[in-house]
Formats: sequence, C-alpha cells, structure tokens
Amino acid sequence: MFKLMQRVTSTICLLFLLVGCATQTPQNTLFNKLGGETGVDAIVSGLINQIGQDKQVFHYFADANISRFRKHLTQHLCALTDGPCNYVGDSMTDIHTGMNITEKDFNHLVDLLITAMELQGIPHRIQNQLIARLVPFRASIIYI
Amino acid sequence: MYAGEGKLLATPGVSQVEGSGGGGLVPWAQLAGYASQDEIAANAFCSQALLSDFRLRSCGAQLNLYDRVEFSVAKQNFRINAMDTSISQNIVGVKTRLYGDLVYSLWPMLSLGMQYKHLKDTAIADALGAKHTSGIDWYLAASKLHLGAIAGYNLFWNVTARHTEANEMGILGFGGPDQDSRLQWEASTAIFFSRELAVGIEYRQKPDNLGLKEDNWSDVFVAWLPNKSVSVTAAWLDLGTIAGAKDQKGPYFSMTGYF
Repeated sequence: MFKLMQRVTSTICLLFLLVGCATQTPQNTLFNKLGGETGVDAIVSGLINQIGQDKQVFHYFADANISRFRKHLTQHLCALTDGPCNYVGDSMTDIHTGMNITEKDFNHLVDLLITAMELQGIPHRIQNQLIARLVPFRASIIYI
Repeated sequence: MYAGEGKLLATPGVSQVEGSGGGGLVPWAQLAGYASQDEIAANAFCSQALLSDFRLRSCGAQLNLYDRVEFSVAKQNFRINAMDTSISQNIVGVKTRLYGDLVYSLWPMLSLGMQYKHLKDTAIADALGAKHTSGIDWYLAASKLHLGAIAGYNLFWNVTARHTEANEMGILGFGGPDQDSRLQWEASTAIFFSRELAVGIEYRQKPDNLGLKEDNWSDVFVAWLPNKSVSVTAAWLDLGTIAGAKDQKGPYFSMTGYF
C-alpha cells in the first residue's frame, strides 16, 4: 500500500514537472498565442486605428506621439505576455497622471482593444488572458 | 435621459425576481445597469416563471446612481392555477456598493442591500399562519469575475447572505409558527462562453416558517447580453414544494432593457 502511494505521488510529481516545463517553453507563451511579434504589432495597429476613429477617447491621444506610443505599447504587451522583450518606457502612473481618465473611458478602451483582437482573429479565450494581465494596471491609469 | 454605458458588456448581470440587479433568483453585488462612477443608468425588466401549479410574473425597474446606489421597484403577481386566483406583492429595494469592482479589484466586490416587501393580497398568508403581511430583507453580497480562469473562459461567482422572514419570498407572508433561523445563504456561478453569453446555476436557501416544508430554490440559466441595451435570460427552475404543492419546476424567461 505504502509503495503504491509512493508510486502515485512520484507520478503526480512527474506530471507537475512536465506541466511546469510545458508552460515555460517559448511556444506556449501568451505572446505566441497572440501571433508573436506580427500578431502583437497587428493588434496595436488595430487599436491605434480604433482610437483614431473614436470620438470618446481620441482626445486623450490628440497630442501623443503616435510612433512612440506604438513602440512602447507593443513592447509593453510583448513583455507582459512573456515575449522576448523588456518594457523600458515610463511607468503607467507617470504616463497617465494629470489625464484624469474616467472608469467609463478606460472600459471603452478595453472595448476597443477587444475589437482590435477580434479583427485580428484572436480567440475569445486568448483575449481574456491578455485582459487579465492588464487588469492590475487600471489603478495606476484612472482618476489620476 | 442620459444612458450610462461605462461598464464592460454583461458585467452588471441581469434582474432578479424581487427587482434587484442579480441573476434570476439571487441578488448579486453588482448594481443593475451600465452606469460607471460618473454616470446614471435606468433599466426596466419583466420576468415570468411557468411552474407546474403556479405562474409568477415580476416586472419592475432599477435606477443606478454613479454605480454607488441602486434603487429598485418590482410588482409580483403569483397565480395559483387550481384556485383561479392570484397574489400580488410590491417590493422596493435599495443596494449600495461598499467595496470594489467585479472585474478589477483584488478582493471581491461587496454590496449591502435591502428589500421592503408589501403583500397586497393577504388572505392566503393569514390562513396559513403568517405573522406579518410585510417585511424587510437585508442582504450582503460578494461577487467576482475571474478573467480567463477556466480554460481561458471568464468565471463568475456570487455569494449572498440574506436576513429574512419571508415565506416563499413574501408571497405567503412573513414569519410563522415554526420560525427559527432567519439567515439564509444564496449563491450563483456562471461561465461566459463569449462576451455576450453566460451559462450558470443558482441556489437559494429559504426558511420554513409555516411548517409547509418550504424548499430551497435552484435554477440553471442561460443569459444573453448582446449589447448594452438589452439582455434576455432563459432558465429552468426547481422551486420544490410551494404551499404543499410538490415538484414546482418549469421554465423562466426574463428580459431587461437598459436606457
């Protein structure tokens, strides 16, 4: 009986090891599920297009340097999704202080991001995982 | 009227049978409607349950002020098929958000609510031994949406603790000879298979003040929230024994319009 339990335990440990390895291989990163560099570039471009046509949030970006915004957002998303990048831009707090972004406009931007991911054919389940990683930044973006 | 639409799609939930924002049977922590902290929202709903021996209709409205306070009204009509008669009840509710956000806060969102119920047709409640014809329910609700939690799908849950002495929600009056614990537990959980479609279950514990073997309630529901203007819910209810009539099961349909 003891031997059996030992065997079951070691099998479970082995399984965990395998799963642990599997989640760390570069093929399985969220970055790759989003289509890698091409995919994330396309999502960011799509989002910028959405913002450009949007009456509700465009004013926040009216004075922004779009190529800088594109570069930093792409880099940030890449780093957040375990891609091969480091985000070297300013902190979220520094960027958004003084902009007084409302909860409503923040959620609207999430909607635009979802639309951009839809246009890029990102599956619903992968979209959720990206949004989940962005959730902690909300506190350093709105009402500051 | 200015329509609030600052919440993410589907996150306010739908309308429960006593008028509060929630699922079908259980009030949730979310305040009804799409108002964000800077907005106001008004909604109206109608729901119908077709049980083996009864039919419940409930229609009402909610007002959401700055996602801080929700006011609600509901008019319920409970038809007893065999007696060709019906019982009406009016409910006024208020709920306030104490902490958090369904999606973004670290801890679950928390709200405190109250429902004042006034029975219009009191003959049956009196005959069954109910002590009062009106009553107040108090509830504390906690809820959270976990993004991508189940194989990438969003998982929702809500737990509500309700202090009540209502018999069958108040339709059979309040209190009675067998009254004991007044604290009842309720819970809901759902998976969002897309932004618009949630499938879930609910459970609602109930007291048995009248000694009629009043049962706990449960349901399985599908909610479709295609946009920020309308939601449609279909469910299958299992309400157990009501006023001595066993196995009260049947379909439930509900619609909420957001203005």
